[in-house]
Amino acid sequence: MSDLVSDNLNMKFTTPSGLVVHALKDVSFNLKEGELLSVLGPSGCGKTTLLNIIAGFLNPTGGSVKLGDNEILAPGVDRGMVFQQGALFEWLTVAENVDFGLRMKGADPVETAKKVDEWLEIVGLAGFGDTPTYQLSGGMQQRIALARCLINDPDLILMDEPLGALDALTREKMQSLILKIWKETGKTIMIITHSVEEALMLGERLFVMAPRPGRLHKEYRLPFAEMGLTQDPRDIKKTQHFSETREEILSMIWDMEEEIMGGGSL
Amino acid sequence: MSDFLFEQRNTIVAFLIVGLIISLALSVIKGRRVMATERTDLVFGNPAKALGGWYWIVTGMSFVMLIWFYFSWDAARAYNPKAANELCQVAKVESAIKPMRALFPIDNPNLRGTDLIARDSAQLERINNSLQTLALQHAAEVEVAAILTRLTSALVDQANPAYIKSSLKAEFQAIASRIDRLTVNFNDPAYPGQPNAVQQAAANAQPGWGDTGKEIPVLPATPLGYRYAAVAAEIGMVAKDFVKLRNTNPRLLAQVADIKSRIKAAQASTKANLNLSMAEQDARSKLYRQLNKMLKRIDDGAIFPPNSLNGIQSSLVSFDQAHIAQQGSLKTFDTWMMPGGRIMAGNSACSEQGSGRWLPKPSDTLGTLARIADPDIGFKDVPLLWYRWQPVGGIVAFLFPDWIADLVPGEYPRHNQNGEINSNFKSNVQDFVTGNYESFSIPVPMGHMWDSIVRVVIGLFFGIVLGVPLGLFMGLSRFAKGFFDPMIELYRPVPPLAWAPLILTIFGIQDDGKIFLLFMVAFAIMVISARTGATGTQLSKIHAAHSLGANRRQILRRVIFPNSLPEILTGIRIAIGVCWGTLVAAEMLAGTTGIGFVENVARKQSDYEVIWVTIIILGVLGLMFDLIMRSVIKRTIPWRGKG
Repeated sequence: MSDLVSDNLNMKFTTPSGLVVHALKDVSFNLKEGELLSVLGPSGCGKTTLLNIIAGFLNPTGGSVKLGDNEILAPGVDRGMVFQQGALFEWLTVAENVDFGLRMKGADPVETAKKVDEWLEIVGLAGFGDTPTYQLSGGMQQRIALARCLINDPDLILMDEPLGALDALTREKMQSLILKIWKETGKTIMIITHSVEEALMLGERLFVMAPRPGRLHKEYRLPFAEMGLTQDPRDIKKTQHFSETREEILSMIWDMEEEIMGGGSL
Repeated sequence: MSDFLFEQRNTIVAFLIVGLIISLALSVIKGRRVMATERTDLVFGNPAKALGGWYWIVTGMSFVMLIWFYFSWDAARAYNPKAANELCQVAKVESAIKPMRALFPIDNPNLRGTDLIARDSAQLERINNSLQTLALQHAAEVEVAAILTRLTSALVDQANPAYIKSSLKAEFQAIASRIDRLTVNFNDPAYPGQPNAVQQAAANAQPGWGDTGKEIPVLPATPLGYRYAAVAAEIGMVAKDFVKLRNTNPRLLAQVADIKSRIKAAQASTKANLNLSMAEQDARSKLYRQLNKMLKRIDDGAIFPPNSLNGIQSSLVSFDQAHIAQQGSLKTFDTWMMPGGRIMAGNSACSEQGSGRWLPKPSDTLGTLARIADPDIGFKDVPLLWYRWQPVGGIVAFLFPDWIADLVPGEYPRHNQNGEINSNFKSNVQDFVTGNYESFSIPVPMGHMWDSIVRVVIGLFFGIVLGVPLGLFMGLSRFAKGFFDPMIELYRPVPPLAWAPLILTIFGIQDDGKIFLLFMVAFAIMVISARTGATGTQLSKIHAAHSLGANRRQILRRVIFPNSLPEILTGIRIAIGVCWGTLVAAEMLAGTTGIGFVENVARKQSDYEVIWVTIIILGVLGLMFDLIMRSVIKRTIPWRGKG
């Protein structure tokens, strides 16, 4: 059992001018193995901070996060990361990017090569192994980032606005790919996004976060991800349930944004 | 082979120039055709299509080469190798007649005598004026005024035709008729007759134009040359006789004697009078010195009555006309084919002056390069680029410090009573680390070029090896950035050459000092570029590597280093350029080998060919380094700017 358990997570930053910013306040949740979670919220609500803490890049000032039995204190291979811009190593080829983690571990090269071919096949880039990454499009780069993270067989996959920089069509294809991978591998996935539709499509569970201090505002359990595995996403988006939920969340976030803006102007 | 090329260089150059003119014309035609096919914007053309093209490159190269051939007079020599020799004879006439011409208003606005009278009268006037302010004792003042009056009249009387000696008039007449006779001879094609066998043999034996450096054959070798050389000899004698003539008539001599005795008497009375104040003593002796000087000038007798020289002047003018007319086509050739300077005659040699001198002929430059590239000649006993056989033992010994032998336990062997020295282990080690044993030899490159390159490479190597890690460290650590920044920023902005005197004094003028100087230059550049590269690493890449399981060392080696590579390689490219420039200047400053040294010695010897050879070598090597770096950059970091 490697559930992700967040217990009363608190994060405070002190700015150079001495101001204390409460980035996260009392964040507690329990993400079961194999669940697909999307996190949504206005800017400044602490969603990236939350992700960084889970990834181990930041240590919380209060509370704890556990993956399975281990408390998260540092980055580790049990948690894979996918970044907005891919963060690929452009001096390496596609295959060298994908097997980066295994090479760092010093894994057997023959087996590694086999695994790389498998994963390139899964993300739809078979035969691109020797291509330099800087020659690929944004969507292809994001596929490599996915493969690079998955080849390490992490328990938890963290995605920080992974599709934010892609055009609408590529984005939809990538959403299906993420769903497919989720289904086939049964990995726990946590996606941070600022697109409400994406959050609905890629969230078995959905957290809406609120700013100042950053906290969990509301949680949804949604059927759309499951539906997306079999149905055309456009059909799903046409359903009343989808559009009602979307409007509800949109107005919720809209109100939060208004509050921030109003507070700022006073 | 190279001897043959050297002997035939004039023919080769002549054909080459024709080839260049043809290629210039053809490439211009081709280029214009290509341009005509492009639709261009009416105002400025199309900057996106300003791509050059091989035909315009050919045009540019041909143009530059033709300019070079033209202004260095290589073209002139190729098509008329005898021109310099003939112009040398012309220059002999000009230089022979020069002291005589200088007295007449031919090249100058005034007659020499007019200038002298103006100058001397002004000086007498000044002395007279100063007399008023000096406030001397009355008697002395009266005496000086009297001397001044006499000096003035002696000066003025020289210009008076009434006092001129009749013998002098006759001598003027003789000079004028000698010049006239020479002018007639000059215009006579048969003058001065055939050279004799000895003259002919001497003329044929002398080396040709530029055969040995700057040499212009000085003995006449053509009929025109003979005529000019003969005229030069005669007119030189006439000029010598003329400038000896002095306007020393009896009246002037009497005046001078009178003034001289007056000054002497005045000086004596000043000396005898012990009651004079210091100031008066000084003022008087200074005044008398001035008067003596003026007397000497007037005594020279260089001023003649205004119209007495008219005969000689008109003879000279018609001689000049003959002198120019007789040059004929040679004059035209000199004007059009030997631009930017002329050939001048000295006492025993002729030389090119102007662009012909400082812009060496391309053929001579190549010849010089071929000459000093010959390892037997080289430059200052060192070949340009060659090799020597070096025992391997010496090279190995260079890698080990000598004190290793001292660390070996035991004592160095001593001689025994038979005078023998038995080696032991310690002495064997000593022999090894000092290279004191027989070993086979391998060829090792040596020479000026090689020395310069090695200095740059070693300085650069240490700059990179030490600068890159420090730069990366500074790019990643707040402490390192703050701690090392002031040190580097304090020495970096100082021009490298400003450090040179200090560094060369401390480390010596040989390789050590220069390598350290280059190391300093490269080090600062590498630190800064590596720092910029490391600072530019995106945090998400480090995070990605970290979450993929890379440890700190692996992130540094696999992520931060390759990510900084573009900046580091650009830094190396800049460092090579700066090092190359600094090295040449440092070699000029001090040292005994290196391209900069060669150029500096050539400068001291005014050896323009060698200067140009070094300039060309430096340019080619610099270009080569840059091309190598460019291709390295293209191969190693094709992703640059695309991440």
